[in-house]
Amino acid sequence: MKSLKFDSTNLICGLLFIGLGIFFALQAFSLDLGTAFRMGPGYFPFVLACALILFGAIIFFQSIRVTGEGIGPIAWRGIMFILPAPIFFGLTVRGLGFVPSLFLTALIAAFASGRMRPLTALVLATGLTIFSVLVFSYGLGLPFRRFGPWLEF
Amino acid sequence: MEFLSNLALGFSTATSIENLFFCLIGVLLGTLIGVLPGIGATATIAMLLPITFQLEPVSSLIMLAGIYYGAQYGGSTTAILINMPGESSSAVTAIDGYQMARKGRAGAALSIAAIGSFFAGTVSTFLVAIFAPPLTEIALRFGAAEYFSLMIVGLVSSIALAHGSVIKALAMVALGLLLGLVGTDIYTGTPRFTLGIREYSDGLNFVAVAVGVFGIAEILRNLEGEKTRSLLMAKVSGLLPSKDDVKQMIGPILRGTAIGSALGILPGGGAILASFASYTVEKRISDRPEEFGHGAVAGVAGPESANNAGAQTSFIPLLTLGIPANPVMALMIGAMIIQGIVPGPNVAIEQPALFWGIIASMWIGNLMLVVLNLPLIGLWVKLLTIPYYVLFPIIMAFCSIGVYSVNSNVYDLYAVAFFGLIGYVLVKLRCEPAPLLLGFVLGPLLEENLRRAMILSRGDPTTFVTRPISATLLFIAFVVLVVVFLPSVRAKRDKVFQEED
Repeated sequence: MKSLKFDSTNLICGLLFIGLGIFFALQAFSLDLGTAFRMGPGYFPFVLACALILFGAIIFFQSIRVTGEGIGPIAWRGIMFILPAPIFFGLTVRGLGFVPSLFLTALIAAFASGRMRPLTALVLATGLTIFSVLVFSYGLGLPFRRFGPWLEF
Repeated sequence: MEFLSNLALGFSTATSIENLFFCLIGVLLGTLIGVLPGIGATATIAMLLPITFQLEPVSSLIMLAGIYYGAQYGGSTTAILINMPGESSSAVTAIDGYQMARKGRAGAALSIAAIGSFFAGTVSTFLVAIFAPPLTEIALRFGAAEYFSLMIVGLVSSIALAHGSVIKALAMVALGLLLGLVGTDIYTGTPRFTLGIREYSDGLNFVAVAVGVFGIAEILRNLEGEKTRSLLMAKVSGLLPSKDDVKQMIGPILRGTAIGSALGILPGGGAILASFASYTVEKRISDRPEEFGHGAVAGVAGPESANNAGAQTSFIPLLTLGIPANPVMALMIGAMIIQGIVPGPNVAIEQPALFWGIIASMWIGNLMLVVLNLPLIGLWVKLLTIPYYVLFPIIMAFCSIGVYSVNSNVYDLYAVAFFGLIGYVLVKLRCEPAPLLLGFVLGPLLEENLRRAMILSRGDPTTFVTRPISATLLFIAFVVLVVVFLPSVRAKRDKVFQEED
């Protein structure tokens, strides 16, 4: 038996699309499909999801017995710090208020790079917060609470 | 002449102090972000989109258009100075522009690019003004079936122009359409794919998806290998092109403008195709083809003009039909919808000041770019030296503020993180994000028109091929699809994108 060769990028890609397709298909199937004449809410999504599964399957089968380029380096550190930044902002902007929430968000995002030194990050986050408060809160007048209820005693 | 009075209306709208100011801010901000390496026009607009929401619809769209031109210009600047095109449409400029810069002629290359863009912008603004009204007339006769078929053409062309595998692009379109359907079904009020989260019942926020897929994914990609950029920062001096340069650039600029204007109208991202087509043409008809790749003036002037002309005329399908020709136009549609304007043929009739104001501001934006950016070039060059790790926390903060300010919905921020991850994974799997975004914007429209057409025809699917306009459009889509699958074309297409990279 020959050793199994495959293009790992396309293999993952195909599986991802198949998985997403199945997810949408199952969800759509639980909705009313209706008829071609009067389509229900599930009709069009179901067709699309089936198409997605089909495309995923084609990509999957094309990946077998060919070797492709690898995926390359993955920005793990970036994922660890960049993605939580907006989530943190979302969790705290109402409670902590705009000013502290933005400061911490910028601080979290700053550490996504290995080159950032703590002091630079602090200075950057402070400057950024002052600038944003002046521009967005005072300048554009966005209706954000600058300090939220969690900070009131 | 009606055309002139329309333009006059446009100019009087666009030259109000307020709108001039926003156009200026847009152009400056667009260049500022666009000049940062690795961030293309789409990502720039996605990030800056939210700050325009507080404005009047006209000002907001004028500012966005300004951001678009600025970002494009910024992309060319980085392409020439450090061989790092922000967007694939300026990749062609990098070939000869960077070589010119290495020979100490960076200033000349930059001004040739600016002059070419300005000329192309002027011509194509007039083209938009001339062709938009008759196309609007045609569009008014469109029924549900025609709209459906037209959107199919747009989606298929976006597949044809995406890099890499056609099947992947098809899958991306399907996924984008599905994501676009998240939210409440318009006919029955049933929530779909919301995972029980009430905050998503109005659908996924367009800005969140765009910022995630284009902005955040881009940042993550740049964080992968944090190498120090090798900057050739030769002093930019001698901005004015020599007499010889002027002689060499006239022909390419004229041809580039013609090519770009024609290709830009095609739905699916004509600007990229235009700059490449122009480069190929110039290389073929040049009497010194060996200069190409070593700093040929024509290799900068032609593609830059084509690129800008294409960018401009891609507004035609947007303004007349409400169909975006590329991801940037998809962002514009999103902005229009948020401003309460339904894109489509009715915009020209119901809001002539808005319609013609945008067209006039295109020209003003281009003028501002030439007048401002050539003197400011020193500033932009300095910006290139800011280390990336300082920039992206700033970008992240602005993205968060921007997305939150759209609806004050914290779930939109979670969506940003989610789509940032999805976007990054898809980029790693070598899938282009552009078809996904186009699908996302068109998803609800496509479904609505499909269902309406089927009800009107009493469930008879032949309605799409028995109505002549619809049949023609579907035929075009079919031909495009067949052509991209033909082995010979595929090989050539791969080669084209290879050279571009």
